[in-house]
Amino acid sequence: MNFFLEVLIGGLLSGLMYALVALGFVMIYKASGVFNFAQGAMVYLAALSVVGCMEKGAPLWLAIILAFVIMTLFGIATEKFVLRKLVNQPPIALFMATIGLAFFIEGLAPMVFGSEPRALELGIVDEPIPWILDNWNMVISKFDLVAAGVAAVLVATLALFFQYTRVGRALRAVADDHQAALSIGIPLQHIWAIVWGVAGFVALVAGMMWGARNGVQFALTFTALKALPVLILGGFTSVPGAIVGGLIIGASEKLAEIYIPPVMQDMFGGNFGGIEGWFPYVLALLFLLVRPEGLFGEKHIDRV
Amino acid sequence: MLYREAGQFKTTYAADQQVFPIRQDRIGIIALLVVAFVGVPLFASEYWFSAILIPFLIFALAALGLNVLTGYAGQLSLGSAAFMAVGAYAAYNFQLRVEGIPILVSFICAGLTAAGVGILFGLPSLRIKGFYLAVATLAAQFFIVWCLTKFPWLSNNSSSGVISTQRLIIFGYELTTPVEKYLLVLSIVVVLAMAAKNLVRSATGRAWMAVRDMDVAASVIGIKLMPTKLLAFAVSSFYCGVAGALYAFCYLGSVEPDGFSLDMSFKILFMIIIGGVGSIMGSFLGAAFILLLPIFLDVALPFVADLFGLPFSSATVSHIQITVFGALIMFFLIVEPHGLARLWQIAKEKLRLWPFPH
Repeated sequence: MNFFLEVLIGGLLSGLMYALVALGFVMIYKASGVFNFAQGAMVYLAALSVVGCMEKGAPLWLAIILAFVIMTLFGIATEKFVLRKLVNQPPIALFMATIGLAFFIEGLAPMVFGSEPRALELGIVDEPIPWILDNWNMVISKFDLVAAGVAAVLVATLALFFQYTRVGRALRAVADDHQAALSIGIPLQHIWAIVWGVAGFVALVAGMMWGARNGVQFALTFTALKALPVLILGGFTSVPGAIVGGLIIGASEKLAEIYIPPVMQDMFGGNFGGIEGWFPYVLALLFLLVRPEGLFGEKHIDRV
Repeated sequence: MLYREAGQFKTTYAADQQVFPIRQDRIGIIALLVVAFVGVPLFASEYWFSAILIPFLIFALAALGLNVLTGYAGQLSLGSAAFMAVGAYAAYNFQLRVEGIPILVSFICAGLTAAGVGILFGLPSLRIKGFYLAVATLAAQFFIVWCLTKFPWLSNNSSSGVISTQRLIIFGYELTTPVEKYLLVLSIVVVLAMAAKNLVRSATGRAWMAVRDMDVAASVIGIKLMPTKLLAFAVSSFYCGVAGALYAFCYLGSVEPDGFSLDMSFKILFMIIIGGVGSIMGSFLGAAFILLLPIFLDVALPFVADLFGLPFSSATVSHIQITVFGALIMFFLIVEPHGLARLWQIAKEKLRLWPFPH
């Protein structure tokens, strides 16, 4: 039972890490209807900028600020030079453009900051919390807990930002209906620039967390693949959906990895590890069969 | 002037409904086939066959398959490489386990196996739409590759799922040289491309396009969504499956499941986007573009580096390659979102008048 709980909690905490990446997708999809495949690459770029600036001698806080500036500029440039030119194109064209963007970043970022894997020190150690280890005999990583806290703070901030600020209201209006928002005088292009800036910020937080955990390396771009099932499970347009989806995916994935392979081994023989790679997708797929718009997604009504 | 259909009168229904109603098209296609079947084998070198022409044809076939699904039936799929893997491994297993099965039959069976798997993973499309479906097809991508790695039976107990394909024997004659393999691939691709061309202008193709444009409207006018969508998945996977079998047997000779990665799926998707979504010819143009671009960059980059006296390390070169690739994709989408096929159409419009101004 203890072991089950340990796996469960570990899964929930790592699910929040996935949710961090998924949030970036949600931000952009909500505001501009673009399915931004480059989010994983942006996470990579953000983490690389932090590490790159630190290597040039900047302290951590300055590196973070510089990385934030880079991400914001980058987001604005993307909006200006790519997406604005593709207004009114079918969603698939925009989606393809973001895949192109992902390639662009994956090539450019290591050219500027170097491609060798590096560690990112945030001052949080990835070790079990002694108090829990002693009392309940469970290994819960301190780092995971901090990451979960960061995710929670980020979501709360974003939710408040969306709900109570002028810009947040404008963002919601744009998400609801581009044309209506435009007609009441909301500057669409500024809003999109802001959204890309915010997505860059989310990518920065995710990049620092993932970078500190696994090292800053090319594999960071694959975090996007982890975030996708979270995204469709929670719904493309919902911030809380990303969190709940992340929790479900994280927990079930870890449990599946522990409990399914032995069963399959008994049935077929051989080694069946690595279920993590596809299990979240199949889970999300089965879930979508019941609720095609995800947990919190807006219900889609077709009109002929 | 060169491409004017004036004066070509159709006097029978058959003449009016043929695949290429315009004489210039027919001449062009025949000329192209003659060049491909006779001209190219006479002049191309071995490198050209094994490194460029064969993969071009194979990827064009896969792109054609994806184009049926995405371009005609409107279902975005990110798992085409997985269906190619199914085709490759199915062909291998048919050859291995069925005594004396002709290679072409096992290719067809491989396609049918892929079609079956495609139908299975197409089932969610009945309820899920748009990007949700696209992400859901990633399940196929990861699940199939995982299965091929983990179930030793599928790869005849080889370590990490690597298979080496059997010999290519057709009617007792063994194909060994790249030229022979090229001709085999070319014949299969031509037959399947013609079939696709005919399929998309049939009632089935029209039903697909109606579903693509709006599936609710299509079902209101009496198109049954389930068979239509699943047929699109089946046909698409069949093409990808045959392409995968050819990829293993005629191109690489030895494949592993991880070779059919998500990157490859994206590559095929790029091909149809660059070539033209919803165009048979676009699949070929896109495949040529996507395959030739890295080769071109490989040649061009060191040249540029020499020109400016920049010392590029090989890592930098590969990074520049990725960057330029991504930038070109975005550039292309911005300049011509309808792909190369659209450029060809515009060129044809121009050719109606050219070289005279009126």
